[in-house]
Amino acid sequence: MKELSVNNLLGIKYLQPEDLNLIFETADQFKEVINRPIKKVPSLRDITIANLFFENSTRTRLSFELAEKRLSADVVNFSAASSSVNKGETLIDTVNNILAMKVDMVVMRHPNPGAGVFLSKHINASIINAGDGAHEHPTQALLDAYSIREKFGEVKDKNIVIIGDILHSRVALSNIFALKKLGAKVKVCGPNSLIPKHIQSLGVQVEPNLKKALEWCDIANMLRVQHERMDNSYFPSIREYVQQYGLNKTILDQLKKPITIMHPGPINRGVEITSDVADSEHSIILNQVENGVAVRMAVIYLLASKIKQYEN
Amino acid sequence: MHQKLLLSAKEIKIILQRLACQLVENHKHFENSVLIGIQPRGSLLCERLHQILIEDYQLQNIKAGKLDITFYRDDFRRGDKVLKANETEIDFIIENKRVILVDDVLYTGRSIRSALTALQSFGRPSEVELLTLIDRRFSRHLPIQPDYKGRQVDAINDEYVKVNWQNKDGEDAIYLLNN
Repeated sequence: MKELSVNNLLGIKYLQPEDLNLIFETADQFKEVINRPIKKVPSLRDITIANLFFENSTRTRLSFELAEKRLSADVVNFSAASSSVNKGETLIDTVNNILAMKVDMVVMRHPNPGAGVFLSKHINASIINAGDGAHEHPTQALLDAYSIREKFGEVKDKNIVIIGDILHSRVALSNIFALKKLGAKVKVCGPNSLIPKHIQSLGVQVEPNLKKALEWCDIANMLRVQHERMDNSYFPSIREYVQQYGLNKTILDQLKKPITIMHPGPINRGVEITSDVADSEHSIILNQVENGVAVRMAVIYLLASKIKQYEN
Repeated sequence: MHQKLLLSAKEIKIILQRLACQLVENHKHFENSVLIGIQPRGSLLCERLHQILIEDYQLQNIKAGKLDITFYRDDFRRGDKVLKANETEIDFIIENKRVILVDDVLYTGRSIRSALTALQSFGRPSEVELLTLIDRRFSRHLPIQPDYKGRQVDAINDEYVKVNWQNKDGEDAIYLLNN
């Protein structure tokens, strides 16, 4: 297979396992490119990409922008805080106005779940979802799976536990879809109030006990508690959360084998993970960030190849 | 489909020996010269030449690399062309080096143009030469000519030159295919 089965990257849910492998194999080559003295290739010199961020972001936005620039695309940035969105413009109007300026591809982060899917039904440009509410964050899941593949050779049959605020996490949902498609075994771990009902229907198991979850897994993916998405109290206090679900060196030292630690960022040091664990040799948190650029280059490159401007 | 044998294993062997000999004539000990094969098929030829230079001329220290040009092609988004990239493996700096680009068939010259652009990502070579096993005359789109060539072939446009290698395709042979 030499082409993605989709024209937009709205969620991992819509991808085939072969799509994931094609993205990874392409990302391998881009990873080599971004480690060259000159980290840029001319592939997308005739493509313009708009980064529309209706919600705050540091890492994802920088990573996308770097990926686009290293592919030689022209890039325009937009953030909701400084835009006409505050003046009452609708999403479709905002995007159509941007597309009228001849933009080929849109990277969008939006606080509402399904914003990307909605937009894809109304506009005629490639869309990459950079996170929509608590729904999906496909490129994060791709770079997480890519980092696991890089460290272990393959994702298949690996035991992965996702720990923390599963309920409000788009990273968790996208990760579950991606890891299951690649044949990994997945468990989720966290306070009952932060585990969505019926999550078992996605083929994952719930393990409320942190110690047991860690003993079972090869890789632990730690999630931040998303206070900004919480409308009431899901647990009594941060202190109690840390005692039950915080990852620290003491608990890791009690395990029989070392496990690999991942975190999508931003990290709340001292809450879901302590500093010594986040910075330890078993942590691949910064590899994830480096791989993020290569994986996003692969996604943009593969989607851009489907925009055929030169056909009659 | 017709296929005509252009070169047999024996003829290829003689040509490879000659090309290696010409390279040694121009680059002597290769102190400042490197071989770079264009992926995917040019690097197979490059490996063979590299092997001859090591075995027959005792040039153990020659540096050889593989260069993938997928991201530098000028036909991206124009039809169903190869999208998937191959590995690039250049673990040396080419700044001020004499680079010998190696490809199996020179046809339109567009791959070589892409390779020249791709090379710039690894530094500024002092000189770039081109070696091809088959030079298809009269089909160039760009002003590019080889410095070393195995055999010149007059092929018309809907013909295709296929180079087979022992370690990849089970035999050393070059065919002219005609639809």
